[in-house]
Amino acid sequence: MKTFGGKVLFLDRSDINTDEIIPAKYLTEITKEALKPYLLEDLILDGVDPKKDIEGKSVIITRENFGCGSSREHAPWALEVNNINVVIAENFARIFRQNMYNCGMLAIELPKEKIDYLFNTFSKKDVTLSVDLDRDKIIIEAEGKSEEIDFKIGGFDKTLVKEGGWVGYADKHY
Amino acid sequence: MKYTLAEKIFNAHRVDMPFEDTHVLKLDAVFCHEITTPIAITDLQARGMDRVFDPSKIKAVIDHVTPAKDSKTAEQGKILRDWARRHGIKDFFDIGRNGVCHALFPEKGFVRPGYTVIMGDSHTCTHGAFGAFAAGVGTTDLEVGILKGVCAFRSPKTIKIVLNGKLKPGVFAKDAILYVIKELTVNGATNKVIEFTGPIVDEMSMEARMTLCNMAIEAGGTCGVCYPDMTTVEYLWDYIKDEFESKEAALKEYSKWISDEGAEYEKVYEFDLSDLEPMATFGYKPDQVKPVREMAGTKIDQVYIGSCTNGRIEDLRAAAEVLKGKKINDNVRGIVSPATPAVYNQALKEGIIEIFQEAGFCVTNPTCGACLGMSNGVLASGESCASTTNRNFNGRMGKGGMVYLMSPATAAATAIAGEIVNSDLFHS
Repeated sequence: MKTFGGKVLFLDRSDINTDEIIPAKYLTEITKEALKPYLLEDLILDGVDPKKDIEGKSVIITRENFGCGSSREHAPWALEVNNINVVIAENFARIFRQNMYNCGMLAIELPKEKIDYLFNTFSKKDVTLSVDLDRDKIIIEAEGKSEEIDFKIGGFDKTLVKEGGWVGYADKHY
Repeated sequence: MKYTLAEKIFNAHRVDMPFEDTHVLKLDAVFCHEITTPIAITDLQARGMDRVFDPSKIKAVIDHVTPAKDSKTAEQGKILRDWARRHGIKDFFDIGRNGVCHALFPEKGFVRPGYTVIMGDSHTCTHGAFGAFAAGVGTTDLEVGILKGVCAFRSPKTIKIVLNGKLKPGVFAKDAILYVIKELTVNGATNKVIEFTGPIVDEMSMEARMTLCNMAIEAGGTCGVCYPDMTTVEYLWDYIKDEFESKEAALKEYSKWISDEGAEYEKVYEFDLSDLEPMATFGYKPDQVKPVREMAGTKIDQVYIGSCTNGRIEDLRAAAEVLKGKKINDNVRGIVSPATPAVYNQALKEGIIEIFQEAGFCVTNPTCGACLGMSNGVLASGESCASTTNRNFNGRMGKGGMVYLMSPATAAATAIAGEIVNSDLFHS
């Protein structure tokens, strides 16, 4: 099974929609790799420059309703080809969240207090985060210290991630 | 047990519950278009699984960019076209017969009360207007739907919206749904089905109900649903008359797709819309809504009338009533895109196309094009568009452009004035 985690990009806003994650004009691409330069191109968020800030990041931490709007799986794909395979938020739009798990990627929901804590404690620091799927723990390392945060995902979601996505699972079972 | 409409559909279609809160449903229809389906097709080919579960249950259309605007969109169309031919998918709608999917497929009678439908398009929630469970999905869910005829969902928790009173003249389903989204917020119905009921919905045409359900996704809703009634039966009658002895018999059968009295809801909202004014959006989120009156004077560069939200015949009629005998402002580019060939033909017969043309509108072929900034009316940076579509996201109709969502009547009045204004159909 692949590993999940790395350096963190904090996006301090709710309702970041799929058109901001990957604008519709790039949906004419028929390879995932072609989406790479355009991730978060239309993001409205002061202090974040996607062109510079995405480089080297593997995790996004954000607020509510990430991925609202369109059904485009190009949104998780654009993250994936930029080596981002974990998004942590208070909640996700339904289709985006399902798309992440269907692709074998992680969309982890945490209560508001924990998201607030992550922003307040770590958003100004150089942070490395990893996810231990066997123990349901997020491990955060910053300034030489490490701490763990519990999370919960459903049995179906975990199975999709462990088995590499929905197509393989469905082909085996249905 | 008492069940909601969505729970009844789940109960009738569930083939597996492999995990807690995971319902694998059998699908009655899988809809496909040329933007999200090609990657599903090429992935199935790469896996050596280029098959379809049932070609008669798959419906496909080229609608987002048509005619193709460049080599890439031509290639997307070709992948879908070749696949439809290869697998004997008879209900494939190519140029000349194509229209905006969520207007075309209902018009062809492909959606029935009690159905389960998926499509790689978030506005699939539109089809819930027929009392169906219809959900937008990503390409992987679509791929599994094509291959196996199933899709997995969480429990369909439902929010009930009761629309009481009577809409004033000049106030439409679009104004009602913008108001509801404002009240719910863009995250208010996430993971929920939105059930629309009440006297206002009972009186609505299928077209108006589709406008309501179409924008359920803008509040995060999985699907919008209305109860099937005689209006539903009348709309579908040409397609179902061989199945039933009479319209009453059809209604009796379809009435099983209504929520039980005492069914459990997440939340119930009652809104009296008797005093509702025409509404419009401001900002970049569809819950940023206020009365058109408060937006008055906002300059507009383009007016767009069309889309799966408001490109049906009733929408064109309402706009034409406002435009008749008038010219649009010199500083405004007017674009109207009838959502399907049948809508286009009907508009021609009724003289509506002529009214649009004489007013100074450009009439395009049926396509999604401008709504998502792909073709046929993309904005330049700094420009604004009064639009009958469903999303005002940053860059939605073109990078750096601003979108104001409103009803076709308000959009038509705005085209004449060159700035946002209420239509003469509305008297406060």
